[in-house]
Amino acid sequence: MYVAVKGGERAIDNAHALLAEKRRGDTAIAELSIAQIREQLSLAVNRVMAEGSLYDPDLAALAIKQAQGDLIEAIFLIRAYRTTLPRFGASEPMDTGKMACTRRVSATFKDAPGGQVLGPTFDYTHRLLDFKLMAEGDVAEAETGTPRREPTPHITEFLNAEGLIQQEAPSDETPGDLTREPLELPAARPLRLQSLTRGDEGFILGMAYSTQRGYARNHAFVGELRIGSVPVEMDIPELGFSIEIGEIEVSECETVNQFKGSKSEPPQFTRGYGLIFGQSERKAISMALVDRALRWKELGEDDMGAPAQDEEFVLYHADNIQATGFLEHIKLPHYVDFQAELELVRKMRAEAQTGLQEAAE
Amino acid sequence: MASEALTGGFANAPHAAAIAFRGAMRAMAMPGVIEHIEGAAGPAPLSPAASALLLTLCDPETPIYLAGIHDTAAVRDWITFHTGAPLTDRARAMFALGTWDALAPHDAYAIGTSEYPDRAATLIVEMPALTAEGARLTGPGIEKEAALNLPDIPFCQANAALYPLGVDLFLTHGNAVAALPRSTKVR
Amino acid sequence: MNSYNFAYLDEQTKRMIRRAILKGLAVPGYQVPFASREMPMPYGWGTGGVQVSAAIMTPADRFKVIDQGSDDTTNAVSIRRFFERTAGVEVTETTTEATVIQTRHRIPEMPLTSGQILVYQVPIPEPLRFLEPSEVETRKMHSLEEYGLMHVKLYEDISQHGAIATAYAYPVKVEGRYVMDPSPIPKFDNPKLESPAIQLFGAGREQRIYALPPHTRVVSLDFEDFPFEANKADAACELCAADTSYLDEVIMDDAGHRMFVCSDTDFCASRRAAGHAGIQEAAI
Repeated sequence: MYVAVKGGERAIDNAHALLAEKRRGDTAIAELSIAQIREQLSLAVNRVMAEGSLYDPDLAALAIKQAQGDLIEAIFLIRAYRTTLPRFGASEPMDTGKMACTRRVSATFKDAPGGQVLGPTFDYTHRLLDFKLMAEGDVAEAETGTPRREPTPHITEFLNAEGLIQQEAPSDETPGDLTREPLELPAARPLRLQSLTRGDEGFILGMAYSTQRGYARNHAFVGELRIGSVPVEMDIPELGFSIEIGEIEVSECETVNQFKGSKSEPPQFTRGYGLIFGQSERKAISMALVDRALRWKELGEDDMGAPAQDEEFVLYHADNIQATGFLEHIKLPHYVDFQAELELVRKMRAEAQTGLQEAAE
Repeated sequence: MASEALTGGFANAPHAAAIAFRGAMRAMAMPGVIEHIEGAAGPAPLSPAASALLLTLCDPETPIYLAGIHDTAAVRDWITFHTGAPLTDRARAMFALGTWDALAPHDAYAIGTSEYPDRAATLIVEMPALTAEGARLTGPGIEKEAALNLPDIPFCQANAALYPLGVDLFLTHGNAVAALPRSTKVR
Repeated sequence: MNSYNFAYLDEQTKRMIRRAILKGLAVPGYQVPFASREMPMPYGWGTGGVQVSAAIMTPADRFKVIDQGSDDTTNAVSIRRFFERTAGVEVTETTTEATVIQTRHRIPEMPLTSGQILVYQVPIPEPLRFLEPSEVETRKMHSLEEYGLMHVKLYEDISQHGAIATAYAYPVKVEGRYVMDPSPIPKFDNPKLESPAIQLFGAGREQRIYALPPHTRVVSLDFEDFPFEANKADAACELCAADTSYLDEVIMDDAGHRMFVCSDTDFCASRRAAGHAGIQEAAI
C-alpha cells in the first residue's frame, strides 16, 4: 500500500531542533561566548571575514559559533547577511604604506628600512602538541618594544627606483565589483583580485602550489609580506573632505617574479599581489602567485595551458559558497530526471536486445 | 531643489513598485496589451505611467536621457531625488524618455551587441493616445495577432529586422502602458 | 522577519532583476547576465528562482512551489515558507489557484493559463556548457547562431545508442533563434513550454535570467528521421489512473516490486477527489 509522502514541514522543524541541540553539545560544558571565539580563534575569524567579504570580528565569531565551527558554513552566513546591508559609500583607496606592521618580512633583502619584523607567526614553532594547553593557564607576557611611528616603505619601491621592477600604472578608475555586477570575461585585474581575495583559501592555495610545481611556473620570491593595521578613510560629501572611519588589520604580499623580457618589455622583474582581511599570510602569498599567473596576457607571455593561467577556470571555481551549494545540491531529489533516464536506458536496452536477436536469426 | 521634486513618489515603495512592475512586465511579455499602472506622479509633462516606470526601473545604475519637453529642471530634479539616476546623452542612455518626435534620431540609441543583445536602450515614449488599433503585431507574447497605435511603423519594422539586437519601447499615456519589444513583427 | 524588505530583496536589487527580466522577455531564450545576490539559501537550491520570484511578487499573489512536481518535498516547503515569511503572500498547492508557481524540474500537468507566471529554478542555464566548458566560447556560439556542435552531439547519440540519449534538460530552439536549456525538466514536459503563461528562468549561481513570453515558439531539437518524442513510463498512475501524466516510480518492497504514481501531486490529488481511482485504490 502506498501513501503519498506528506510531512516535509514537520521534518524540517525537527531537523532544525536537532541541529540546535547538536550545536550546543553537552550542556554540562560551559557555552562558548562570542568574545572567546573572537579572541582565541582569531585566525578562523579572519578567514570568515576574508571570504565572507565583511570586516566584523564579532559577526564572524557569531557565524562560527552558529555554524559549529564549519568555516564555509560560517562564511555563507556572513555573505548572506552582507548582501542585505545598505551601502553608504566607498572608502578611499587604502595606503598600506601607512601600515602599523605587527609582522613584516622580505625574502629578497636581508634588511631594509623598517627592518624585518618576525611578529606573531607559527613559522618557527616546532609542531609539537602543547599539552599544557589542555589545562587552562596563563600565558607568559611577551616582551614589547616601542612601535614604529614612521611609515614603512614597500620593499618593491626600492626596486622600482632603479627601474628593475615593472611599474604598475596608477589609475583613478573605479574598479568593478563582483558582488554588484555579473562576472564578464576577460576580467580586469581589480576584478580578478577581488575574486581571489574572496576565494576559497584551499582552492587558491592549490592553484598557487601548482604554479610552483611547474604549471606556469613564475619564479616567485616573497618581496614583502606585511601584516598590520591600516586606517580606512572615507570621503563624506556633506563635509567635503575624507575622515578616518576606523582601522582594519590586513595581510599584504608582493611577490617579485623573474621575468626575462619579452617582445615588448626590457628585462625587468614583475610582481604578483595579494591583500587579505586579517592575518592570513598563507592566503596572501597564494593570492599573489595566482594573480601573477593570471597576468600572462598583459605581460606578453605564452599560454602554457596551465590551470592557474586560465582566468575563466580560476574565477568561476574559486568561490566556495557557489561551489559548496552546487556540489551539495545533488543530494536534493532528482526523481524526475532519474526516472527520465531510467525510461530511456530501459528503452535503449530493449531495442538493443531486439537488434541482437534479429542478428542471431 | 523645488518642493515639487520631493512629492509624487510611491507611497509604499516595495508594494507599489511590485505592482507597477507586474503591469510593465505583462505589457512587455504581451505586446499590444494595454496595462494600467499607478501610484507615481512626476511633474508635468511626465505621465503617471511614465513616472511609475521610472520609479520601478531606474536608479543610480541606469543613465537616463530626457528628450524635448521632458528635459525640464522640474523633471530632472524629480528623477534625481527619487531614483538617483544620472542624466546622459542618447548613446549612453539605458532609458530614454520623451515624445516620439523629441526622441529622434531614433537610431542613436544602444541596440546591444551580438554577444550582449541585452545592452540595448529602453525608450519610454509618451503618446497622445494609446489604443488597440493600427499596426498589426505578431511574434512572441501574441497568440495570433494584436493591434496597437504605434508612433512610427517603418522604424518599428526596421528595429525588428535587427533582431536579436534593437531597442525596446514602452508606450505611455496617462496611466496606460503598452510595450513593443524588438521581437515583435509589425505590419 | 520584519527587519527585511518585502520579499526579502532590497529595492535596488529588485530593480536590477526586473530590468533583466524585461530584456529576457524582449529577446526570448537569450540568457541575460544579472548580478545575482547571495541569498540565505545555498546556490544550486533555487537561488535564481527565488530571486526572480521575489522581483515579480506582489502582495496580492498566491504562490505555489513544486519540486519534482510535488508541493511537499522539503526544498519546496522551505522556499514556500521563505516567501510566506518575507512577503506575507498567500500560498496554495492548487495549480489552478496559483498566480505565481516556482518549480524545480517539472511543468504542472494542468495546462497553465494566461496571467499565470511559471518561475523555473535553473542549475546550468547554458545548453552548450557540456559540449564547451568555456563561457567565452559559448557566448560567441550564441552570437553567431553556431549550433552545429549541438546537432553533432545529438547525432552521435543516435549513431551510438540508436536514440537521442538526452532524457531531461532537452535543448529547444526559441523563435528560430536561440538554443535554450529548459532546465532539467523531463523531455515529456517540453511540449508544454509553448504556453499562454509567462515563463521565467532564474540561474542564481550562474547569474543568468531568461524568459519565454506567452505563445513563444519553442521547438525541441531533432532530426527528420529521428523526430523528438515526449515519452514517459508506459503505465497509468496506480492512485488516480491517469495515463497521460508523468509518473514517478516507487519501489514497494525488498523484492523490488514497483508501482507508478503521478509526479504532479496536486494533479493526482484533484483527480482522486473527482472520483478517479487507480489499480491500488480500486483494490481497497
